[in-house]
Amino acid sequence: MALIERELTEKPLVQRMGVGIDAEIVQTDDGDRMIVNMGPQHPSTHGVLRLVVELDGENVMKATPHIGYLHTGLEKTMENMTYYKALTITDREDYLSNLMNNLAYSMAVEKLIDCDIPPRARRLRLILNELERIASHLLWLGTHALDIGAMTLFFYTWRERDAILDMKEMMSGVRMMTSWICPGGLRGDMPEGWFHKVNRFVADFPRRLDEYNRLISKNPIFIERLSGVGVISAEDAVAWGLSGPSLRGSGVAWDIRKANPYTGYDEVEFDVPTGTKGDVYDRFLCRMEEMKQSQRILVQALKNVPGGPVMTSDRKIAPPPRAELDTSMESLIHHFKLFTEGYHPPIGEAYAAVESARGENGYYIYSDGSNKPARVKIKGPSFNNLQALPKMAEGRMIADVVAIIGSIDIVLGDIDR
Amino acid sequence: MDYDVRLGLTPTDLQLREIQTKRPDEWVDLNPDDCVELRLIQEQFPGSVVQTRLFRGEKTIVIRKDNVVGICMMLRDSPETNYNYLSDITCFDRLDIMDEDAGELRFEVIYNIYSLGTFQRLRLKAQVDEDDAHIDTVEIIWPNANWNEREVYDMFGISFNNHSDMRRILMPDDWIGHPLRKDFPLGGEEIEFTHNVRAQ
Repeated sequence: MALIERELTEKPLVQRMGVGIDAEIVQTDDGDRMIVNMGPQHPSTHGVLRLVVELDGENVMKATPHIGYLHTGLEKTMENMTYYKALTITDREDYLSNLMNNLAYSMAVEKLIDCDIPPRARRLRLILNELERIASHLLWLGTHALDIGAMTLFFYTWRERDAILDMKEMMSGVRMMTSWICPGGLRGDMPEGWFHKVNRFVADFPRRLDEYNRLISKNPIFIERLSGVGVISAEDAVAWGLSGPSLRGSGVAWDIRKANPYTGYDEVEFDVPTGTKGDVYDRFLCRMEEMKQSQRILVQALKNVPGGPVMTSDRKIAPPPRAELDTSMESLIHHFKLFTEGYHPPIGEAYAAVESARGENGYYIYSDGSNKPARVKIKGPSFNNLQALPKMAEGRMIADVVAIIGSIDIVLGDIDR
Repeated sequence: MDYDVRLGLTPTDLQLREIQTKRPDEWVDLNPDDCVELRLIQEQFPGSVVQTRLFRGEKTIVIRKDNVVGICMMLRDSPETNYNYLSDITCFDRLDIMDEDAGELRFEVIYNIYSLGTFQRLRLKAQVDEDDAHIDTVEIIWPNANWNEREVYDMFGISFNNHSDMRRILMPDDWIGHPLRKDFPLGGEEIEFTHNVRAQ
């Protein structure tokens, strides 16, 4: 049964790249080509992406992404944890939309154990997801503009993003990796004053959005820089499996929130913005409009938040309230069993996907009847989105590559997992 | 030792991990009259469906690997199904739960496909044997299968025939073994400290 054998495949295209050599001239039939190694420590690659580009003058003839520098084996780790503990790993996957990953994982586990969650938890999940979408898009907007050379916007967007991180901190004590959405509902209810903070942010946000638009969206230099760059047609975008704003920029109106509504997205009204040309500027406009729509969803969702508990009453899934542990023997047993052994979903498999800030974020879980998942597959949107990068970049200038990477909004934690 | 060293499991772990192998009652077979995908596959590729199931509203069809390209092509191009979008390809190692006496195969390559027309999702599984870990690529049907298949190769060691670029993708090129196989140890790599660094 020993199957760990050595399997060496053929050598990579540019073998010496990345070991201290950053550029190299090679002679081909069409003349000299320069091969440049971009990354993995280049700031505009948003993490540790390495791109090997083959240049003819300034034109990109071929671009090859090399990934895996952030591979930490999240799936293997999750397969060796109980369902409840594995939740914390999901935060670390796409580290800019943590609550969306939590939701996708929780939905998959809930499907397996077949439990219902209370209406208040459903609504709060929706609110948290839209806040997270705004936070993620704000980070994208700041860094994308920074890549292109507009530095000012970065400081504005981080101010608003910080307000959302403050809300997460107020709710959970943690600014990023909250694990607040868990199988069965939410870890806890919102503290006093939280809704006031959110309402104030939501009321103020359109003014901020106008401010960004005034600064950059209508700026002629910015438009000139981005129009017609990195074009991908609708057919190609579907064939290459793009999702999220990267797909919608090409004119394909596919949004999981509309197509397969979850956690109450069918109860709110919103539009799905699409582009027409499929270039970097269209993708930019899609994300800007998405922030506006998120604000619109939030206004509706915050109007009447149902009351009641935020966690299912099933003691096999939800921990009992802390106060009960002092008086009830049974609660103590449940608490102990839940946090040591966990629950055993029936044999079966489930896939749940959410529309994260980057696209389709899904979790596939196979349960073998034990307290640990037999297989967890994280379907990150950035993996497919990055795969189409050569398609968009080849034939363009090297300076455009940075703009294109920014426009598909990749997170390397999501790609390498 | 009396516990499984390969997996790094302690006796307590093994006791807790009571793996059940029997088929639960909640699994229902798909009915060809209701499920157009199953009907089309049975009509055009007789004998290739191994089993089907409906669990929590999700459709799963397990097929033999021989006709995988034909079946995928048919599912994409037939106007009734129109599965034009490939979400991802993954694999499942059934080492712990397979019944070798019943002739079950070790790997399942899982195609998670979606239709942008009908918003339906289908899970197509192709069985792959441990001794013959090869399957045809579906790159010509969905181009983004390229990286997804490379990931399956990297993590499970299943190679794809006719693939344009069959290399490792996440692990280094000289890595030994396939990490997501169930017999690959957790924490199998020795951590390099100054006292145990190998001579270059």
